[in-house]
Amino acid sequence: MTHMHVNLKVNGREVEVRAEPRTLLIHLLREHLDLTGPHIGCDTGHCGACTVDLDGRSVKSCMVFAAQVQGAEVTTIEGIAGDGGAPHPLQEAFREHHGLQCGYCTPGMIVRAWRLLEENPDPDEEAIRYGISGNLCRCTGYQNIVKAIRAAADEMNAARETEQ
Amino acid sequence: MSEQAAATTEERIEKLQGLGCARKRVEDARFTQGKGNYVDDIKLPGMVFGDFVRSPYGHARIEGIDKDAALAVPGVLAVLTAEDLKPLNLHYMPTLAGDVQAVLADEKVLFQGQEVAFVIAEDRYAAADGVELVEVEYEALPALTDANRSMDEDAPVLREDIADKTEGAHGARRHPNHIFTWEAGDRAAAEQALASAEVVAEELVVYQRVHPCPLETCGCVASMDKVNGKLTIWGTFQAPHAVRTVASLITNIPEHNIRIVSPDIGGGFGNKVGVYPGYICAAVASIVLGRPVKWIEDRMENLSATAFARDYHMSGKIAATRDGRITGLRCHVLADHGAFDACADPSKFPAGFFNICTGSYDIPSAHVEVDGVYTNKAPGGVAYRCSFRVTEASYFIERMVDVLARKLDMDPAELRRRNLIAKDRFPYTSALGWEYDSGDYHAALDKALAAVDYPALRAGQKAGREAFERGETRTLTGIGVAFFTEIVGAGPVKNCDILGLGMFDSCEIRIHPTGSAIARLGTISQGQGHATTFAQILASEIGIPADRITVEEGDTDTAPYGLGTYGSRSTPVAGAATAMAGRKIRAKAQMIAAYLLEVHEDDLEWDADRFQVKGNPERVKTMAEIAFAAYNQAIPGIEPGLEAVSYYDPPNMTYPFGAYVCVVDVDVDTGVTDVRRFYALDDCGTRINPMIIEGQVHGGLTEALAIAMGQEIAYDETGNVYGGSLLDFFLPTAVETPTWETDFTTTPSPHHPIGAKGVGESPNVGGVSAFSNAVNDAFAHLGLTHAQMPHDHWRVWETAERLGLHG
Repeated sequence: MTHMHVNLKVNGREVEVRAEPRTLLIHLLREHLDLTGPHIGCDTGHCGACTVDLDGRSVKSCMVFAAQVQGAEVTTIEGIAGDGGAPHPLQEAFREHHGLQCGYCTPGMIVRAWRLLEENPDPDEEAIRYGISGNLCRCTGYQNIVKAIRAAADEMNAARETEQ
Repeated sequence: MSEQAAATTEERIEKLQGLGCARKRVEDARFTQGKGNYVDDIKLPGMVFGDFVRSPYGHARIEGIDKDAALAVPGVLAVLTAEDLKPLNLHYMPTLAGDVQAVLADEKVLFQGQEVAFVIAEDRYAAADGVELVEVEYEALPALTDANRSMDEDAPVLREDIADKTEGAHGARRHPNHIFTWEAGDRAAAEQALASAEVVAEELVVYQRVHPCPLETCGCVASMDKVNGKLTIWGTFQAPHAVRTVASLITNIPEHNIRIVSPDIGGGFGNKVGVYPGYICAAVASIVLGRPVKWIEDRMENLSATAFARDYHMSGKIAATRDGRITGLRCHVLADHGAFDACADPSKFPAGFFNICTGSYDIPSAHVEVDGVYTNKAPGGVAYRCSFRVTEASYFIERMVDVLARKLDMDPAELRRRNLIAKDRFPYTSALGWEYDSGDYHAALDKALAAVDYPALRAGQKAGREAFERGETRTLTGIGVAFFTEIVGAGPVKNCDILGLGMFDSCEIRIHPTGSAIARLGTISQGQGHATTFAQILASEIGIPADRITVEEGDTDTAPYGLGTYGSRSTPVAGAATAMAGRKIRAKAQMIAAYLLEVHEDDLEWDADRFQVKGNPERVKTMAEIAFAAYNQAIPGIEPGLEAVSYYDPPNMTYPFGAYVCVVDVDVDTGVTDVRRFYALDDCGTRINPMIIEGQVHGGLTEALAIAMGQEIAYDETGNVYGGSLLDFFLPTAVETPTWETDFTTTPSPHHPIGAKGVGESPNVGGVSAFSNAVNDAFAHLGLTHAQMPHDHWRVWETAERLGLHG
């Protein structure tokens, strides 16, 4: 199988990867770039464990080929912490509100919630539930995830107000 | 006096973050930052990948396997088949249930998705290419997918390897497709109760085949170090020590040369208890190639080949007086075990603890009989978020009580109240032989019914039905009441073992000189938060803050021997071992403190984190001071160091219980169900961490919702599996999942050192019944007594159609 060179930006860093065009983005991230935060849960685009941010949209990285990410900008769970590695308010809120158990869905869930709050900084419960409906969790029953995302939204909105 | 010493006992207890504290989880920092270490994250130098060729047939003879085209694929290193494993005697492996299972299909395939060949390649893409090119020639055979037909005279013989064996692991076999017959209770007494009863209700209650489906599938990395002869396997193991012992027995590699490591596990729910062909093939491939071999199944392989749960066809008869006193119970179960008996039950219990099926009720006579049979379906029979077959038992009795209530024309909550075991009867011995440790069932039921204002709910339902009659609405409301008693914490070594391994568990504690500690256990967390909660148990026992206690599990080279985490056994068994090991630490600490304070041991009393001289609170030694002295001061008659280990063999199981109420609105025209309200009261004995308990209840209820309302692994008559991907197998999203209301009562276990009973599985056990009772209740006034699960939209619509609601 022929290989290609893929140039993309991952978590703010320019990278070049030599991979088969059919390589899935999730494998490119996990195996070529050692970013093992995003996980594989289903291979069919249903579970969302592999969710990353691709050019400003949440995508399931098991549904994207390496050949499709030439020049793209990707953010994974490893890339959302604040300055100096301080946890993002979402990461802090998931811990505070017990929004995770086994942790397997968590990176995809948080990266999806991160984009959701960019799209809608003040979502109500229904909007949060709908907004994360592409990400499955088998442990928490979602209730504390919803609570955590709402709490992070409050925290981020309060910080924005302070800045202004 | 230092500021710390001046703190009150209450302030110091608070700082410990021990029992009862909603302590935040120590696991979460790494998981929220993507720094977990799951098996597929492991990357070793020279590591290669294995992938399976699987059977497209449910039942077929293998005429030939041609590896040549696969071996020609660049990167493919080897292709293993049964023929390659035969010289090693590894083409079959023992199952946890005393049967054998083909590692790679030997002459025949017995279920769709069965492992036929194992392709090893430099990367997972090359392995997948190789899988495509292995040519297997099959001769299709008639498939047997209806368990009701397994023991027919003309049924196809599935297991030719054992066809002539008249004796199985659990007694006589009377048909080549018969695995075992197991019974409990007094048949004659139960028959007599039924024959003389004023009222008898009968029902066939089928608990469909489902799958635990943790978000992370099963997998491993096997690495044979040929220099020192040591085999290390990292994998998704809920019972790493048991895997090591079994691996040693199978391979003849001495146990000290096998290391099993469970890294972070992305959910288990029973799926990761069993030993699967992938583990064996990866290990063999690593031994043959001298390179680490990774095998990770994909979701379709997971759903269609590794494990299933339930598949119990339960025919029940329940006898009662006209005023609603239950007098007897009988149950016959047809248990569909698939192609190999790979159930994960304690060895003496081929039907698990199904004989807990008298539930929470004082039933004077009962008898159960279970026939296990083979079919052309995947093997498994794991305990999906429950203790062994307890969900089946609880679902059975909770449906039967509702069916009886219909027959008696009595409110189902009232019928339960009349038959619940009274508080003063504990410890209570059931007609089927279990000794329930403690309970206050009536208090729990009363609290639950008051919390939801049950009379108002029923009044609302009645008004709704009248409005329906008048044509003002197309929605019917169902109210499901369920009461459950779990039996968890297996278990006493006298009657609980798996393949001869006693089901005790363990904890080993080392106190460090400056007053922090590490505790290692024989269990393994898969999301339950052991690193958080076991530190809390210990903090309360030894007075060292939970934040200064590391909890480590899952590495057989370092952790003490234990039987792992499933069946809600971690807190009842390993949690008890933790408390007992902590008490050993404290006993030695007391001797050291007595020496340091120059008093007799008996003159000391324990105060949260220190010993003080009785009547003289000024004269104290804190645990940190004692630890330092233990390592650094010569103390006559006491050896240095402060360590302890406890192997805990529980005297009995624990019996958590609870009362659940579900309110569901059913659209009779679409079959769509909307859970309007779900209230769950759990009594798990002493509560270690309320935050984690609540999280466990939320998750267990969501899994119960999935099972009751949609999950099914079905097969067609030719052996094709339906439900083998997440397109077909229902996992609820945040949109379908309702908001859960949780509540509790606290009835400590009298025999557990801290009174804890375990909680992780209760909501699944009680939840399924509550949902199903609610859906059935919605149609009860129209004559429906029982509709089979799952209550998906199609089936609910069908029920409405059958009842003539569509005009």
